[in-house]
Amino acid sequence: MTSLNTHSEPLILEMRSITKEFPGVKALADVSLRVKAGEIHAICGENGAGKSTLMKVLSGVYPYGTYTGDIVYQNEVQEFKDIRASEHAGIVIIHQELALIPELSIMENIFLGNEPTKRGVIDWNEARLRSTELLARVGLREDPDTPVKEIGVGKQQLVEIAKALNKSVKLLILDEPTAALNESDSQHLLDLMLGLKGRGITSIIISHKLNEIEQIADEITIIRDGKSIETLNVKADGVDEDRIIKGMVGRTLESRFPDHEPKIGEVLFEVKNWNVGHPQIQDRLVCKNSSFFVRRGEIVGFAGLMGAGRTELARSVFGRSYGRFISGHVYKEGKELQLRSVKQAIDAGLGYVTEDRKSLGLNLLDDIKATTVSANLRKISKHFVVDANKEYAVAEEYRKSLRTKTPSVEEGVAKLSGGNQQKVVLAKWMFTDPDVLILDEPTRGIDVGAKYEIYGIIQRLANQGKAVIVISSELPELLGLSDRIYTIFEGAITGVLDKDQASQESLMKLMTSARKTA
Amino acid sequence: MNALKKLFGGNTRQFGMIFALVALIVFFEIFTEGRTLTPGNVINLFNGNSYILILAIGMVLVIIAGHIDLSVGSVAAFVGVCVAIFIRDWGIPWYLGVLLGLLLGVAIGAWQGFWVAYVGIPAFIVTLSGMLIFRGANQFVGKSNTIPVPGDFQFIGSGYLPEVGPKTGYNNLTLVLGLLAVAYVIYSEVRSRRNAKELGAEVPEAWISILKLVLVCGAILYATYLFATGRPGTSFPIPGLILAVLILIYGFISSKTVIGRHIYAVGGNRHAAELSGVQSKKVNFLVMMNMSLLAGLAGMIFVGRSTASGPFDGVGWELDAIAAVFIGGAAVTGGVGTVIGSIIGGLVMAVLNNGLQLLGVGADLTQIIKGLVLLIAVAFDVYNKSQGKRSVVGMLMKNFSRSNEIKADETTSTKEVISKGA
Repeated sequence: MTSLNTHSEPLILEMRSITKEFPGVKALADVSLRVKAGEIHAICGENGAGKSTLMKVLSGVYPYGTYTGDIVYQNEVQEFKDIRASEHAGIVIIHQELALIPELSIMENIFLGNEPTKRGVIDWNEARLRSTELLARVGLREDPDTPVKEIGVGKQQLVEIAKALNKSVKLLILDEPTAALNESDSQHLLDLMLGLKGRGITSIIISHKLNEIEQIADEITIIRDGKSIETLNVKADGVDEDRIIKGMVGRTLESRFPDHEPKIGEVLFEVKNWNVGHPQIQDRLVCKNSSFFVRRGEIVGFAGLMGAGRTELARSVFGRSYGRFISGHVYKEGKELQLRSVKQAIDAGLGYVTEDRKSLGLNLLDDIKATTVSANLRKISKHFVVDANKEYAVAEEYRKSLRTKTPSVEEGVAKLSGGNQQKVVLAKWMFTDPDVLILDEPTRGIDVGAKYEIYGIIQRLANQGKAVIVISSELPELLGLSDRIYTIFEGAITGVLDKDQASQESLMKLMTSARKTA
Repeated sequence: MNALKKLFGGNTRQFGMIFALVALIVFFEIFTEGRTLTPGNVINLFNGNSYILILAIGMVLVIIAGHIDLSVGSVAAFVGVCVAIFIRDWGIPWYLGVLLGLLLGVAIGAWQGFWVAYVGIPAFIVTLSGMLIFRGANQFVGKSNTIPVPGDFQFIGSGYLPEVGPKTGYNNLTLVLGLLAVAYVIYSEVRSRRNAKELGAEVPEAWISILKLVLVCGAILYATYLFATGRPGTSFPIPGLILAVLILIYGFISSKTVIGRHIYAVGGNRHAAELSGVQSKKVNFLVMMNMSLLAGLAGMIFVGRSTASGPFDGVGWELDAIAAVFIGGAAVTGGVGTVIGSIIGGLVMAVLNNGLQLLGVGADLTQIIKGLVLLIAVAFDVYNKSQGKRSVVGMLMKNFSRSNEIKADETTSTKEVISKGA
């Protein structure tokens, strides 16, 4: 295989035919990755394509033996059994969620797990000396004694890199390093990566921001549906954003949707100039002046990469259940609504099916019937006393109409499969009889058959004259289901496309850049 | 075994606890040579434990909501001493004293609920502080003295149902109460069967219902007999009556009302509850407030029983109440537990205490045994849960599928599923 390497630079890393299976799912199928020493290598792919899984295989999170294929690093086949082993070899991964301890100082974080000692006692003088030097190398002007929680995310990222440099890193992996950063911090980080390249450190970068990749990467490997599609040389092949997008989405769209004739009416729900701040970080906005509307009977899709602010927008509209509300207006049937709590939102006729079923959507200790009525107990109660007979009857009715597969409605929801759990969550919101229903990733983790049924339910709800909003990371799903699609990038709505104008390429373009089209 | 489970409903821990309670009673009845199930001893047992059981009712709601309350003993003592002083110094009638005591309990609960629900300080800290504050307040207000309460106030702690009507050789009111209880049990079983039939849900077999009724009614009638035939002047105790009323009220609230559902929802998954429109802060506030209200009531009953308020009333009660709740099937993580389970848990501890005392076992050994019982009861439950649903192979598979699920949350594995299916 190595003889196929026609370029002169030696390879630092070669991953050969990596296959990684989870029960029932092949996450990676025969993936190959060749990274040359001293380059910046980008890995691109849609959410769920297998990028993170591949990096977890490389860094030993999934140890040797749980995958098939070879990892050749510095001309030797490696058998990493944990992260420690890969770090020992000089491979350091920096995750999107930083692994720093907020209460500890910059210096303590840099040397965490790697403390310089003299006869078993930590040598803080040595640590301070070395951390000052490391901070200078990454261009961070902060006192090493400053607690990490007091510096911004951008600077925290630099601390992570300093920590990696301290471990004498040879191959640095950055997973979405700029996702949480503002423009100038991002630029500083990219410059630093080029600087590290000058010192001979190889980097692998995973990013959704294609303009950044175009700017710094030497080579790009594209992964789609768990397979490595192609490796592009940025300069030689004249790669631009469109070329990368084509590689990322280039796949046939099967017909996986029930037939549906939309009956669209007047504007039912409208949000104007919506601004919301990040719940913790003072100056960061998660929704930037967003405006959108949904008509009666219309299914509107929201496309955006993970972390773009789709869920944040939906939850902040839904009774301010996320972030710090700054400004904006919500109208239903032309009348402005004041939605200060989830209860008010539900009373006003809104429903929100959460993205994360298990941690936000369900009480896993409950049974099906209690879950079905949980968002509208008033309807089956008299004088605050729940009518158990009505509860059972309602749950039975939804079990039949949604064809939930369960021996009885007294079964615990924890025992159901993902698809059936989602049907119970849908039943719960259908029982509140909302006029506006927001569905956040309604088919995540659900098998194909159940997906088809859930699409049918969503279409039925639209036909009843409801305004339906679908947030999804899967473009084929949005294209198949929606009548109109908004795109979101970094908290701002970047465009809106009608069903017949929209394609995966046009959406992906709007989802990855701040260009304003509307 | 399955039929037995059906008899008592699904909860295995509760079923186990009823079984353990009956076994304990039989054990002590045999080894104390019949001194356990005498009218005097049973009345004594109820009188001496009613205040702990009342605390357990409040505590189970606190624990279901995912909190804990360490202050109940101190709050009980503080309310007790205040009421004793109100009655002595202001000369107010006993019922006004009780009312003031309940209001004081509500006020203290509002204080603690405010910190827990609206400021967001963990209940462990708030009530640990409450434990110190109100213990100190009890001793400050009472100047560390005992303060006697008048005879009519003592009625709520040590009174009995009065003798009325014709002389039957039994206490008539106790008999009436027992018969009412039997009638209610039969009525509710018949009604639940009818409902199940109407809804087309699974109706338990007739013999199960009948056997259940025979056992439960038999137990009630036997207890009635014991209470009605005590030495002259005694009958069903007033604290027991208060307890019974509270069990009915809180059992109803927790299982049948909207607020009850909300308590379970907040304890089970606070985020999901909030996104379903539950006002979790209000729920937490009410639960903490209610606990102090019941603690105040328990404190007054104790003062009534011991005829005076003292500086060390209620020491260690919080631990007895918490133990009762956990033995009764509640989960430390919240969301799980029942009022009736906690009462059974409390009775297990009470019978154990009482039986060991009758056998002449010292307080030292009694504590060791009670500690072990708590541990074993919960361990039994943990073991059951891990065994109940899956075999060992199932457990291993579960671990695998779990890691897969976590992956599915990070990225959209749906596509992987499709690519596999296609």
